[in-house]
This record gives sequence, structure tokens and C-alpha cells, in this order.
Amino acid sequence: MSTINQSGWRPTTPEAGEAGNLSTFTGNRALMLDEALIFEIGSSQTTGVDFGEVPAAPSRLGGLERNAEIGLPGLSEPETVRHYTRLSRQNYAIDLGLFPLGSCTMKHNPRLNERMARLPGFADIHPLAPVDTVQGALEVIDQLAHWLITLTGMQAVAMSPKAGAHGELCGILAIRSALDAQGQQDRKILLVPTSAHGTNPATAAFAGFSVEDIPATEDGRVDLEALKARLGPDIAGVMITNPNTCGLFERDMKAISDAVHAAGGYVYCDGANFNAIVGRVRPGDLGVDAMHINLHKTFSTPHGGGGPGSGPVVLSAALAPYAPLPFVEKQGDKFHLVEEETAGEHHAGTFGRMTAFNGQMGMFTRALTYILSHGADGLRQVAEDSVLNANYILRSMTDVLEAPFAKYGPCMHEAIFSDRGLPEGLSTIDIAKGLIDEGYHPMTVYFPLVVHGAMLVEPTETESKATLDQFIGAFRSVAARAKNGDPTIKTAPHFAPRRRLDETLAARKPVLAWKAPVQAEAAE
Amino acid sequence: MRYLPLTQPDREAMLGVIGASSIDDLFVDVPASAVLDGPIAGLPMHASELAVERHMTKLAAKNLAAGAAPFFLGAGAYRHHVPASVDHIIQRGEFLTAYTPYQPEIAQGTLQMMFEFQSQIARLLGCDVANASMYDGSTACWEAITMARRVTKRGKAILSGGLHPHYVSVAETMAKFTGDQLVTALPTLSPTPDTDDLIAQIDDDTSCVVVQYPDILGRIADLSKLAEAAHARKALLVAVVTEPVALGAIKAPGEMGADIVVGEGQSLGVGLQFGGPYVGLFACSEKLVRQMPGRLCGETVDAEGKRGYVLTLSTREQHIRREKATSNICTSSVLCALAMSVHMTLLGEAGLRQLATINHVGAIRAADRLAQVPGVELVTPTFFNEFTLKLSKEARPVVRKLADQGILAGVSLGRLYPGAGDLANGLIVAVTETTTQEDVETLASALQEVLA
Repeated sequence: MSTINQSGWRPTTPEAGEAGNLSTFTGNRALMLDEALIFEIGSSQTTGVDFGEVPAAPSRLGGLERNAEIGLPGLSEPETVRHYTRLSRQNYAIDLGLFPLGSCTMKHNPRLNERMARLPGFADIHPLAPVDTVQGALEVIDQLAHWLITLTGMQAVAMSPKAGAHGELCGILAIRSALDAQGQQDRKILLVPTSAHGTNPATAAFAGFSVEDIPATEDGRVDLEALKARLGPDIAGVMITNPNTCGLFERDMKAISDAVHAAGGYVYCDGANFNAIVGRVRPGDLGVDAMHINLHKTFSTPHGGGGPGSGPVVLSAALAPYAPLPFVEKQGDKFHLVEEETAGEHHAGTFGRMTAFNGQMGMFTRALTYILSHGADGLRQVAEDSVLNANYILRSMTDVLEAPFAKYGPCMHEAIFSDRGLPEGLSTIDIAKGLIDEGYHPMTVYFPLVVHGAMLVEPTETESKATLDQFIGAFRSVAARAKNGDPTIKTAPHFAPRRRLDETLAARKPVLAWKAPVQAEAAE
Repeated sequence: MRYLPLTQPDREAMLGVIGASSIDDLFVDVPASAVLDGPIAGLPMHASELAVERHMTKLAAKNLAAGAAPFFLGAGAYRHHVPASVDHIIQRGEFLTAYTPYQPEIAQGTLQMMFEFQSQIARLLGCDVANASMYDGSTACWEAITMARRVTKRGKAILSGGLHPHYVSVAETMAKFTGDQLVTALPTLSPTPDTDDLIAQIDDDTSCVVVQYPDILGRIADLSKLAEAAHARKALLVAVVTEPVALGAIKAPGEMGADIVVGEGQSLGVGLQFGGPYVGLFACSEKLVRQMPGRLCGETVDAEGKRGYVLTLSTREQHIRREKATSNICTSSVLCALAMSVHMTLLGEAGLRQLATINHVGAIRAADRLAQVPGVELVTPTFFNEFTLKLSKEARPVVRKLADQGILAGVSLGRLYPGAGDLANGLIVAVTETTTQEDVETLASALQEVLA
């Protein structure tokens, strides 16, 4: 297999040749710079901010002045910029390369989104400002809501949920509210496939439901007949991810919805994988009652190392009356914010408020910017390219890795592989760490739980064919090394800022905050 | 389309490798009845960067930015000056476009920053440990109530009348579904918070008392007695901080015996943004850590013995424990946590204390000046950078009228507590380092005119 390195350039690794054994005075290796903690390099007297003259007056703090040292180190501005710049260079990121984390939709984050979110008219407005002074912000929410409703074919959208799991909670609370309104308090079980994201069962439990498993068919979908057999007067509904976490479209989705509805339950769809179908399929046409949309996946708002996200929830006509507060309503040419005060008149069925203020406005401006940039035609192309890219990887790998569902047809936006066939002692983790040395972020590993040693690869539409070809070359090479029992892969990564980290030690003896080292004399 | 690198020949070549004749072949699993023929009707097609920028800029111009007016709003969201380098750092692609650090060998930047953030927050709040962030203060507050339930195995939480009404609303929403019992109250326009009332209500069924510090009206009360009373009944004290800058001036809740301290970190580094994204703070004592929600970063070593950081104690979390997890939270607010952490690093202890002093003294001067206006009375004898005035008229129409004049005067209690007649004349006024003497004068004379 070609290394797809057309320029002929070869990276010089820190271990290349004799120099691999050299150590440096600093411990650094050229551009690989280690960085101490702010607590080790800063001091409580140093500050990187000038305030001018600080006024004085007798305090009115009720005698609660904080006299003891807080212990917060400060750095000057250049030291601060350097500290965080050095840290940043120890991170992999979409801006650096392919980030094929399955189910996470790591696509390009356009910088126009960032610029628009920082316009003072959006960034510098208070959530409780009189509504007449924030009409443009309410209009952004209204426009984004219109797009989300139209793209999903649903009746309404709750904009305030803060992230995907918060959106799941919103949908599940709407289902509970609808059932309660019908006197169906005894429906306390949600059916969730084993392949579901962990947030699904956790959300169900957080909202007071118990969870039962839905069996899967051999080709990786929900077993419709088994599901039908379990439906009954104790079932509140189902939580189904579509496309599912194996990267497959639930062919029977409409039949599932019809059966659940006929049995008096509701259908929650986890929309984490909406990117695969945006602009091509409307979940509303499949009988879905509620679905969250991760703006930080499909609609390109940045992940930021673990948030913030944003998880608006589209709702069917059956659940729309229970949507949370607040929401934006247009009356004439003016936008209103419907909160607790006016809910009684318009929206008496609401289950209440899920968060302070008005949702993730900073994410709304970014998502709307992205949507307007792509338009209806571009979003459809997004879905098609993301599915094309995933299938290209799938079909380029099936001779070296087991792809458990490949024989049943194409995948959607992500390709799934298992670690079956690897020699004893080598598994998915080793392939993942091997890919790090090749300059890639690994795929999602050991998820979903239904595939042995799962490797879930989601390239997204962001990647060019050349990038995919190089990745496929690297992936094949690493998989082949694993299959051949190459011992160096067991100890990968070799070239990352850190070797494999001891996670057991971290959990057994948790060190969760910095403590000043005890002086040797004092300890004795 | 500028975000899509595949060319038409690329697409055809790739379909060839796959063995598909067209893209439709890859969507065969979608029932024909659910496939749309072309772009969804009624929506515009793709647009240039310039066209989109024009559209968004027009919308932004319809809002009155806080920086363009005399501005006095607080009540859980505060306008502070954010140093330029904060925004520069959070826009570095390696932070902005990284994922949750599941592969620690190539995510030490985010992980070390999380560890530093946790350490800073623990110190600021006066607790042993803090997590790597929640969505915001209101959801962190509900998580603290559920954590107190798990720790004490009791289901009754007593919420102070001084707790932000949106935080109360969130808890009420959730409690309807979980069966938790909540005892709530409205605030009163009195000089002191409801500490004694809270103490009187603690019983053997109480899981926790939830108190905001400084409270919604700006008042500051010693939490020590409340902590003692809660602990005497084996209940927990949950303290909520919505203005962390205050902790550069007043004692930390953890120092006064709070078991769980949660908060809203927005005021350091994050900006107003119409309410989100913000950053929830969550801290507690070491012995409660295994009941905590959310991500935790911990120190460890790598295979060569070098110090490094990993996500840890994951057996509390949804991706491992599923329905038995301490919370369903997954994505939190790490980039906002980074902004807050960078701002705290720039300030350092000395800078934070200076910033707090400027805020407090500015607020004292503003309060005294506004109290001179006929028809204005200062309700709160203690406060940090936010105080409550009682006007001779209903405050909500006054705020609207002043907004028409381009003055953002504060948050009326009528907006926060619609229908509560006793509170209708209350106005919460926040003063920060961004407020000028001139702003205060403008507000004072406008108030004088409106109240005359």
C-alpha cells in the first residue's frame, strides 16, 4: 500500500537514528515543549491586568472580608499567552487534521461563525435586557427555529437545552408530561437499544424512568418484532438513535413509530447523527415525536474540548404543547419572549424551565451563520458527502478489518469495524494508539457496546479525497501491524507529547487539584 | 460550496471504489417515501460569506449592546471587561476545535487546563475539589440538589428566597419529575437575607439547604450558622455563587462550612451573550467526590513516568454507568471554562482582589448617589457589586421607559417575580469596573425625572 506521501517528505521523528537516544537539558524536543502548571510558574503578586488607581472606601461586606490567602497564581500577559499557547500545541484538533471520532461529527468549524457570534449586538447583550432592545437576538432564535423545524419536518422546537443530553432530557420530560396529561402515570419504562449512547439511559433515569433493552437484529438494527412484542400499557416510549450508533439507517423507523404510537407510547429520536440525513430525510416523516439536534455536530459550532454545546429539540404536534420555557413568539412584527409570566395564556401545558435565561445564544448565531452559508442545497450536499466519505473508508478497509455489517449494505455517515482476528493481546486500543503516531486522532473506540472492540470511524464531509486516501493508507498499515503482532504497536504512541497514561493510578489515588509540595523537612 | 472539498470527479471516483452507481445507492436503507427529491422547499440556497455577514450584521444592529449604553443589569449575568488575550487564546484552533479529551496522549493541552481550572475553582470557592464545568449555574444548582439527595438519602431541599428565581424554576421543573420535595419562598425587600427562617425549617428529612451568596438582591450573610444548623441535622449546605468576582472580596462559602458550592462562572472571561453559553461551577469536599456529576481531570504518569493528566473517576459517568450514572451530563462547557481560567490567570490573586475592590467601591458610590434621588431607597445595607433599590413607583415600567431613552437601568423585580405585588417596586442595580461615574449620573438624573 502506498504511503500516499506524494511530496516524498518524510517526518523526522524524535527517535530517528542515533539522536533518538539524546536527552536535552530542558526535557523539551525542539517544538515539543513541556509546560509547568500555573501554580508552579505564577505567583499571587503577579498580575497581567492593569486597573489604574484602585479606589478605597469603607466596605459594606457585612464583616465577611476575605482576609486569608486564596492561593490563585497570576502571570503577566506574555507569560499567560505563552503558557496557553504551549498547552494548545499538545492538543489534536480538527484544524490540524482528520478527526474521525464516530458519533461526534468533528467537522470544520467555519471562522465566519466565530466572527458573527462576536458582533457586539450578539455578544454584549444581557439576557434580561428589555425585549425591545434585543429584537435582533430574538429574530436570530426565530430564524434558526424556522430552519430546524423545516429541515426536520416537525411542529415546534424547544431552543433552550444546553447540549445533547440536556436536549434528551427535554424530549423525555415532554413525553412524561404528555402521558401524565392523559392519566397514563403507569407508563414508566423506556425501551432503549444496547447500542445507544450512554446519555440515553442516564437521561431516562434522571427523569424518573426505568430502562429496558431492545434486542437488535443480526444486521445491526432494532428488532421490530421483538419491540412490538414488548409494547404495552407500561411502556412510555422508545429512545432510538437514527442513523444508529452502528452507522446504519433504521429501515423500519416508520413501522417502529407506528407500532409505538398504536400502543400509546412516544418516539424519542437521538439526533446525534442527523448530519448523515440533513436535507435528504425529515425525521418528522418517520413518525418521530421528539429529537434533539446537536448544533455542535451537524451545524458546525465548535466542540471546544468538551463544550459548550447546544441541543434544541424538535417536537411533534403531540408534544409541542409541553415544550419548556422560555421561547420566542412573533406577534405582528414584534418578537416576544414567552416566560413564566405569559405562559398561562399561550402555553399552559409547558413543563417549565430547564435553564436560566434563553439558551445558548452564542451557538445559535454560529449555527444560523453556518446554515445560511450552506443553504438548503449545501446542507443536502453535506449529508451526501459525509455518507460518501464514510462508505469510501468502509470499502477500502474490509479486506484488513472485520466490518460486521458491511455485507448487509452501505453505511451512513460512519463506518464500524471490530477487532476480531487480531492476535491474542492486541486489540482496538492498540490500533487507536498506533493511529496517533501516524498523526491522526483515533476513531471512537469500544462504542457501541454491541460490536466487539468497536472502532467507529466518522470522517464527515470536511475531508478531501486526498486526505481520506492518506488516512486509509495509515489505517491499513496500523491494522496490518496489529494483525502481524508487531510489538511496537502495543506500546504506541511513541511520538505523542505523552506515552500511554496510567488511568488506573489516576482513579485509585485521585489527584484532582494542585497542592503545594510539602517541604522535605516539614514532612519528616 | 466553500466548506466542501470533494470535487465532482472525486465523488465519481469514490462511488466507483465503493461499487455504487450513484449517491442514491448509499441511501437505499431509507424508505423511498421518506426521501426528499431535492433541496427542501421554502429555504434559501447557499450564500457567500459576504452575503451571510450582511444578513447577520443587520440582525445584530437591531440590538442595543450593553457597551453602547449606560448599563446596570446583573441578576445572574454580569458585564466585566474581558482582556483581549482571553479571546485570542480560546480562538486557537487547538482548543476551539478539539473534542472532549478521550485520547489523553494528544489532549494534554485541554487536560492540563482542566486540572488548572479545577484547582483555581476549588480555591476560589473554598472547597477541596471542583469538576471541569457544568452547563451553567442553574443546572449546576439542580445537580447539587440531586447530589445531596444521593449523599443523605433524603428528598427534601429547602431553597432560600434569595436564590435566583430562574434557578428555583429549574429545580421546580425537575422536582416535578423526580419526586424531590422543595420548600421555596419569595425574597422580601428587607435588609437581611432569610437565614433564620431557613434554620427554623431544617428537619430530619432535609437533604440540603440551598442559599445564594451574595443573594439575588445583593445581600451578603454569614453562612457559618446555617452550615452548623444543617450539619446538626445531618443535612448539607449548598451555596450558590452567581458572581464569582465577589469571592475576591468576601469569604468563600467553603470556608464557612458549605458542603457543595455551585455557581455561574460567566462573569470571569465569558461575556453576556444573551444568556449562553455560560459555565457552571461545581465544587465540594473531598469525601463527597464520588457522588459528583460531570467530568473530572486527574493527575497521573505516563509509561515513561512523566506527569500527565487524564479524565478520571469515570465510573460515575453516563458512558460507563449508563442508567446508574450520577448525572446524564456529557458535553459541558470546557471552552468557557478555559476563558474563565485564562482570565483568572491574568488576574492572579492580586488582580482579582483589585478588581473586586473596584467593583465594590463603585457600587457603594453608585448606591449612595442613587439613594439621593427623591423616591429611591436603598434596601440592602450589605452588598458586593449589586444592590436593590425600592422605587416610589413600580420598577418595571420605569426600566422600560429608561430603555426607550437608551439607558439599561437594571433588572426589575417585576420581571423576575411577576405578580408579586410587594416586590414590584424593587430594582436590582449592578455596578462593575465597566460602569463609569458618568453612567451613574445619567441614571440618577433619568430616574429623578421618571419618578418625579
